Amino acid sequence: MAWTRKILRVNLTDRTCASEPLNMEWAHDYLGQRGLATKYLASEIDPKVDPLSPDNKIIWATGPLTGTMASTGGRYSVVTKGPLTGAIACSNSGGYFGAELKFAGWDMVIIEGRASSPVYLSIENDKVELRDASHLWGKTVWETEGQIKSEHQDPQIRVSCIGRTGENGVLYAAIVNDLHRAAGRSGVGAVAGSKNLKAIAVRGTLGVGNIANPKEFMKVTFEKKKILKENAVTGQGLPTYGTQVLMNVINEIGAMPTRNHKDVQFEGARKISAEAMHEPRESDGKAQLVNNQACFGCTIACGRISKIDATHYTVVNSPKYWGASGGLEYEAAWALGCANGVDDLDALQYATMLCNEDGFDPISFGATIGAVMELYEMGVLTKEEIGIEAPFGSGKALTFLTEITARGEGFGKIIGLGSKRLCEKYGHPELSMSVKGQEFPAYDARAVQGMGLTYATSNRGACHLRSYTISSEVLGIPVKTDPLTTEGKPALVKAFQDATAVVDSTGLCVFTTFAWALSDIQPQLQAACEGDWSMEKLDLMGERIWNMERQFNNAAGFTRKDDDLPARLKTEAAKVGPAKGLVSGIDKMIPEYYDLRGWDTEGRPTAETVARLGL
Amino acid sequence: MRVTLKLYASLSDHLPDEAKRTNEWPMEVADGTTVGDLIDRHQLPKRLVHLVLVNGHYIPPASREAHPLVENDVLAIWPPVAGG
Repeated sequence: MAWTRKILRVNLTDRTCASEPLNMEWAHDYLGQRGLATKYLASEIDPKVDPLSPDNKIIWATGPLTGTMASTGGRYSVVTKGPLTGAIACSNSGGYFGAELKFAGWDMVIIEGRASSPVYLSIENDKVELRDASHLWGKTVWETEGQIKSEHQDPQIRVSCIGRTGENGVLYAAIVNDLHRAAGRSGVGAVAGSKNLKAIAVRGTLGVGNIANPKEFMKVTFEKKKILKENAVTGQGLPTYGTQVLMNVINEIGAMPTRNHKDVQFEGARKISAEAMHEPRESDGKAQLVNNQACFGCTIACGRISKIDATHYTVVNSPKYWGASGGLEYEAAWALGCANGVDDLDALQYATMLCNEDGFDPISFGATIGAVMELYEMGVLTKEEIGIEAPFGSGKALTFLTEITARGEGFGKIIGLGSKRLCEKYGHPELSMSVKGQEFPAYDARAVQGMGLTYATSNRGACHLRSYTISSEVLGIPVKTDPLTTEGKPALVKAFQDATAVVDSTGLCVFTTFAWALSDIQPQLQAACEGDWSMEKLDLMGERIWNMERQFNNAAGFTRKDDDLPARLKTEAAKVGPAKGLVSGIDKMIPEYYDLRGWDTEGRPTAETVARLGL
Repeated sequence: MRVTLKLYASLSDHLPDEAKRTNEWPMEVADGTTVGDLIDRHQLPKRLVHLVLVNGHYIPPASREAHPLVENDVLAIWPPVAGG
């Protein structure tokens, strides 16, 4: 057994904390993390609940391999009904918090109700208590983590917390652990804030000693680590260049969403790429990138640790930002940069640090700024309303807007609503580049057709991590497919969605799948967990998890019309590059996708599908 | 004819100094030069020649040797990389 078999249930309204046994029948059907936490959530809340009401719940969940010696086994998920979308929200984070929660003896923490005043949850193995957090309210993520460690006189405590944006109801507020690892998307931080829950602080010393077949587990995890090490992507590419290496790749194929998706190539991409992060700068002769960093148990180490140019206008009078800190990842660099036409690498580094410091999703934030800049250029928004001149390409506007969003001041409050609500407020809903209210990530659906279907059908709103067909359509992993055609994409997307649903439920990182197939994860699960963990079982489980999430969304009120892309991607063709003249073929792909899924024409799993998956 | 060779990530080491800040290396080549010819001429390690694009279009490994370049083509090459 790799589970601790224990859940911590915390009722904030009553201020009670109770241990209860993990439902092992569910664990065998939904594994852990994303799958199992969603099963609990879907069973315990009304899908129509207001996400920011006390009736919503929020779950921190590990997987059976979290905290083990399997490579990348440090992941945890935060699952709730999301305020940005109104759909199921599941955000996944690395760092060290997930493993620590497991070491403390808990598979999952379920938070219910709403505290009457700010609290944080303190966990030291079995010693669990809700503590006053009034003095932490109004503090940033960085201040909160430091202060909790100081108060407990224990630097090894791991903290998963919200910053000021979570308190202020920014609808894409994140939950951050280890200073710059985040359950970043869909506004899980706003849910925690709505409950007056500032943080979970955990110290675990019990270890994970409950592996079903320890000898076999050691053998198989060693073999699989070797695959990661010897693979050119996970052994060299990701550790050296990080995800940011994609900046020039995606730009070259003309799939770079630029200036709120008006263009598909960004002339400034090279200046904000991985290659630029490696170059010595003029001011001090040093590169922005300092080092790479690994999460718990990870043998890939794709994380970026960077130092901003201390002479940059954003920080010249703020020494606290001069030290090494979480660096730019591709998605953040795209959203803060290309989506706004900003090519100032240090402005982007400053903005990403603020996103970490106050806990908000750089993808949704950056994409919302893209909409703001388009509205400004159209004359709908003015300098007086925004607080600054905000044309595309203005790094100063980007950094100013990041600061006021982090602090919840002025126009920052409107930006905190996300692009859908902001664009509706100003009479141009068509300018929100989002699906189900969540903003697109960094791949244009006109130039990578499978990603259009990925976005339209993602259960948490537009997201690349639900089925990362870039692997196949651009990078050729496991096989190369043509990004410009819709042919075969419904099957490709479904296969990626189902496999990813399993990976997201194990406690492992999805980046392993650049080298591993699900069949490489299967023997690790088999050695760690008692019972049958055949490929057939895992394949079915992935499909089951996907359909469970879909059923939740359907019950929440989502329908066929929500599986769609903004008109811009369906009517305004790509202007340059390989996709020149193309729009998204989403309308062609959806019916075939529904058919493959065993759904009716309205996107509802049929009775036969529900029965086959045991839902 | 004039073409541009772009090399990224660890392949950047094969660029001349003046091209390292842009990753772009414009050059004159003889008519009929192929993708494979340029890879050989600049002694790019085969194990690092992974993602090969001409004007953004993917060129599969089996076609690289014979794929002819034409005036103003942009040949871009990456070692094995990924992101997300």
